[in-house]
Amino acid sequence: MAEAAIRAGCRFYFGYPITPQNEVAEYMSEHMPEAGGTFIQAESEIASIYMVLGASVTGARAMTSSSSPGISLKQEGISFLAGQELPAVILNVMRGGPGLGNIAGCQGDYFQATRGGGHGDYKTIVLAPGSVQELVDLTGVAFELADKYRNPVMILADGLIGQMREPVVLPEPVKHLPEKDWALRGAKGRPSRFSRSLILNVRRMEEHNWKLQRKFREIEANEIRFEQYLLEDAKLVVVAFGSAARVAKGAVKRLRKEGLKVGLFRPITLWPFPHKKIRELANECSEFLVYELNAGQMLEDVKLALSGSAEVFFYGRPGGVIPTPMDVAKIIGSRYYQRIKRKAK
Amino acid sequence: MYADVMMAGFGGQGILLIGNLLAEAALLEELNVTYLPSYGVEMRGGTANCTVVISDQEIGSPQVSAPEVMLVMSEQARERFEANVKPNGLLIVNSTLVDTGKLSRKDLEIINIPFNQVASEMGNAKFANMIALGAYLGKRPVVKTESIEKMLKEQLTGKKAEFVPMNLKAIARGIELANQSGGR
Repeated sequence: MAEAAIRAGCRFYFGYPITPQNEVAEYMSEHMPEAGGTFIQAESEIASIYMVLGASVTGARAMTSSSSPGISLKQEGISFLAGQELPAVILNVMRGGPGLGNIAGCQGDYFQATRGGGHGDYKTIVLAPGSVQELVDLTGVAFELADKYRNPVMILADGLIGQMREPVVLPEPVKHLPEKDWALRGAKGRPSRFSRSLILNVRRMEEHNWKLQRKFREIEANEIRFEQYLLEDAKLVVVAFGSAARVAKGAVKRLRKEGLKVGLFRPITLWPFPHKKIRELANECSEFLVYELNAGQMLEDVKLALSGSAEVFFYGRPGGVIPTPMDVAKIIGSRYYQRIKRKAK
Repeated sequence: MYADVMMAGFGGQGILLIGNLLAEAALLEELNVTYLPSYGVEMRGGTANCTVVISDQEIGSPQVSAPEVMLVMSEQARERFEANVKPNGLLIVNSTLVDTGKLSRKDLEIINIPFNQVASEMGNAKFANMIALGAYLGKRPVVKTESIEKMLKEQLTGKKAEFVPMNLKAIARGIELANQSGGR
């Protein structure tokens, strides 16, 4: 991820240590200076997110990374980034459980990530990689989207992806970065520019907020990403994201061999969420099974998308342990037999 | 081709190191591979285990419910993981630290090797992990020993380079012991 960020033109990394994502900071500490960039281990998470804000306002590509409790601390800064319309990439390698939890895989920060996270009426684009390769690929995408919409982008990974090693193909380094006519780099020879989220004029504040909302609607219209796997003739659709989806894919593969018509729908953008696509799937299939490593968070988005047009069953494990494909296959299989085989009789 | 192995013990035994070495060697041979470590927050003494999956196909889950091969380097690891091994799979046991009287699976191929003791006899107790890796490769030659050698040379450079021959000797000894162990 760190190398992918450098290749995406990121030249500022600010962070504060926390497992299971220290490998990112470790790599950055060595390679960011080699790329002519700046690596700073800040005195706290809060300091590091404001350093990102400071670098971003000059037009540079900047990022930070942390894990759940650290991300909570950064939320104020993320809200400021959104309010000031500044691009930034934030990697959250989620830990298990509230408080400190543990370092195993978990998806408990879905709500925090997809609902904005900090104070105020804003959204961050949330990308959920399902493998190390996808983490690399989405890192480039994250910097592009952040610049395109002048908005913070969060990559939501988990302890499984954070600790796993697997081969990846790295992208070519980005050669040209987009022009930024809003960046503050000294106003010599041109009128001053401002970047702020404090707007005391009532009418201007409302205008600014509407402008942000229009931008969010535009993102919802243009940037939805998802993967469909064996859905064509599926009688039961499994919906899962990130590491859980990878395990679910293994389970679906296994069940297909046994002749069960099951498929997988994997949202890659968690916000904007592929509501419309899921609603469309309900035209062909009336059984959905949501699988998450939490007690039911994306479940709410799936239910909203379906609005009662299909049955939704939930299987969740609230972090700390990662069920194996066999465990998940058993759950999907038993649901399938209960609902579909029984109906057929 | 598909192979999976889980290696388990406690922090400081070099379990993650041999799992990673195996994964890197597989990568060198252009196979698909996932290496998934799991460890306690302690630097030493906590649990440490890893799962390595090697295949010429795309790998689904890096988490394996019932690994075909299991290496247990401590009694705690045996207690926790013996039941997980795939039916008729292979269990490699470090009989220096595992209470072999407690082994209960009858369907498995079990090989008992006192890795710590063998390492001490060779002159350095630290190489127990490499002997264990050798034992695994003796039973499941999923990668060539030349690939392991190449990776070792890549990782142990400078002053550490002097340890390469001893590591290779330890691996060779492990292969030898596995071949002598009978089993199936």
